[in-house]
Amino acid sequence: MSALKIKKGATKHSAYNLRPTFSDVEESHTLAVIVDNEAGVLARVIGLFSGRGYNIDSLTVAEIDHEGHTSRITIVTTGTPQVIEQIKAQLGRIVPVHEVHDLTVEGRSVERELALLKVEGKDEKRVEALRLADIFRASVVDSTLDSFIFEITGTPAKIDAFADLMRPLGLSDMARTGVAALPRGI
Amino acid sequence: MTRQMTGAKMVVQALKDQGVDVIFGYPGGAVLPIYDEVFQQNDIRHILVRHEQGAVHAAEGYARSTGKPGVVLVTSGPGATNAVTGLTDALMDSIPIVVLTGQVPTFMIGSDAFQEADTVGITRPCTKHNWLVKDTDRLSGVIHEAFHVASAGRPGPVLIDIPKDVQFASGTYTPPQKVRVSHYQPQVKGDMEAITELVAALETAKRPIFYTGGGVINSGPAASQLLRELVEATGVPITSTLMGLGAYPASGKHWLGMLGMHGLYEANMAMHDCDLMINIGARFDDRITGRLDAFSPGSKKAHIDIDPSSINKVIKADIPIVGDVAHVLEDLLKVWKSRGRKVNREALTKWTAKIDQWRKVDCLAFKQIGNVIKPQHALERLEALTKDHDRYICTEVGQHQMWAAQYLTFEDPNRWMTSGGLGTMGYGFPSSIGVQMAHPEALVINVAGEASWLMNMQEMGTAVQFRLPVKQFILNNERLGMVRQWQELLHGERYSHSWSEALPDFVKLAEAFGAKGIKCDDPADLDDAIMEMINHDGPVIFDCLVEKHENCFPMIPSGKAHNEMLMGEASTKDAIDNKGAVMV
Repeated sequence: MSALKIKKGATKHSAYNLRPTFSDVEESHTLAVIVDNEAGVLARVIGLFSGRGYNIDSLTVAEIDHEGHTSRITIVTTGTPQVIEQIKAQLGRIVPVHEVHDLTVEGRSVERELALLKVEGKDEKRVEALRLADIFRASVVDSTLDSFIFEITGTPAKIDAFADLMRPLGLSDMARTGVAALPRGI
Repeated sequence: MTRQMTGAKMVVQALKDQGVDVIFGYPGGAVLPIYDEVFQQNDIRHILVRHEQGAVHAAEGYARSTGKPGVVLVTSGPGATNAVTGLTDALMDSIPIVVLTGQVPTFMIGSDAFQEADTVGITRPCTKHNWLVKDTDRLSGVIHEAFHVASAGRPGPVLIDIPKDVQFASGTYTPPQKVRVSHYQPQVKGDMEAITELVAALETAKRPIFYTGGGVINSGPAASQLLRELVEATGVPITSTLMGLGAYPASGKHWLGMLGMHGLYEANMAMHDCDLMINIGARFDDRITGRLDAFSPGSKKAHIDIDPSSINKVIKADIPIVGDVAHVLEDLLKVWKSRGRKVNREALTKWTAKIDQWRKVDCLAFKQIGNVIKPQHALERLEALTKDHDRYICTEVGQHQMWAAQYLTFEDPNRWMTSGGLGTMGYGFPSSIGVQMAHPEALVINVAGEASWLMNMQEMGTAVQFRLPVKQFILNNERLGMVRQWQELLHGERYSHSWSEALPDFVKLAEAFGAKGIKCDDPADLDDAIMEMINHDGPVIFDCLVEKHENCFPMIPSGKAHNEMLMGEASTKDAIDNKGAVMV
């Protein structure tokens, strides 16, 4: 037996509790990921985020090139700069991933989201909801005598603002698509 | 030439076209058509393991010792789930493996059929990539793509799930040359600007060090050759992770030994005090860095890695270079030579002298006294009696693994097979079977602990059936040694479930399988017993009863820095300078 001068059982430190202390300022980034449109590819991307403990604020996916079988996944995520870099590198490692673009750092981009909001109400509240919808350029896609469904397209912030205004006027249900984004210019 | 054939035949044809000579597997309902094809040919040898985990570890041993992908064939459901540990092990250590699993027929998928499991779902996070093939026409293309993905870039395990109806159906076979080029083509050439920046740093560095890892081995023999040339030409000291042992020879003048939690004193101190750290194909694992905010605080860090996600994952790289080790080292040497082969020779001499002071601590010293065998002594004797053989070493996981890394020496790459990242107990024995298959004439030794070894002891049947003369060198302390050591140091000596009662008689166990068993508990008999093991033409279980409470040193306790190592009692304390005095 070796003579140890440390107090036995003295430390509670785990060898695994060794996360680095890089910059701790969290940033929001919008990533565009071009992938092969094949079975399981979305599961690979989502599994990466859950397995490594990254955040997903919003995620949209659809095929964009039917001939080439590629889809575009748009992910909004938050993390420290190191985590964002890791996310991009880890995404790039997935075999069916062709390209990873960080739209937040690769110049200006357009971000849009579509939402459907069901607002229930009568009389003055109903009129007010219609008036606000007009200001926000939201359109009515379904109407009954005591409810509307509004369709609105815009940035997530604009949709948040519209939803905030609709809440006291009888907002009862909402569906959002998540962000789709493209870089500006060519 | 494209041909029509059944999916099952296609599997065998594709494996032949990929140059596969051996597969490790276990049959079952969902792979019977493929086994039928395996039966009707003689080009590919099939090794019947006794558990699917063993098949994957055997394939890993094969892959690590040859550099070629290892191939596994198992059935659906339990066959696939039993392979999961091996897949994860190969993923963590970047070992190229191709696993073929049977699956229930496509029309039964999702019906909770007998022996159905969502194999691609279960193995998605533990493979580099996986495929479920639902169309026989696509099967051969996928198999060829799988071999490419397993080997290209940072190697890793891949899995192909093949439903039984796809195996029966006929389709068009596409040979490898006709498969369309995969878009998966990782970057192998490093950025020349970054390489030049590294050369400039190397020219002026006062206390440089090479810190190398498994990436050098994975890159192939050329990488090890270039590394040796670079080290000899510059005279810069070199240390390596557990995974990288053998890339630079242990007999080399500039070799510091392994670094990390149970690394050598001189290696860890040099890492802590260096001013330029050149990481080649290693990944700043937590067993290497210790406490991150105290990790080599004064150094500029260069990091060469083929996987961009390794860079800046835990340690910020000042000079990041994404590329294959051999390609980058070739360019690095070229640039360094063209700039006049400069190093800061004066400072380097001082640095080497300082390192020599650390060497004098003799951190691996131990005293073999009394009539109980010290595990270190057993390994020292094993080393002395086997080092001149054509030798391959596998290990299980635990204290014996660290001692093997410390006391055995490796002169060449691909000679050392150990589970590094995942730390899989039960890895070593099946791995040694895979190594022996690849190198039938070599001396293949699995250095084991009795607890790890028992985890895959059923593979004794495989070793005997296929006449594989693997030597199972068990350091038997009747304890889970590493767990016991941590309980002693960190959990107030409360030895919760870290010993095994009712251990088998290993000699009788060997005999029950039709192999040879040797037991040794006396230091005086050790050499003769080891020679008897080496000279026996067949598998041997060597039960070496060793000191039960020996701890593995040096040790960087968890949450500590490189210069806060715990040392064994036999080390020369006087040689530790003021800085070393902070150690306990």
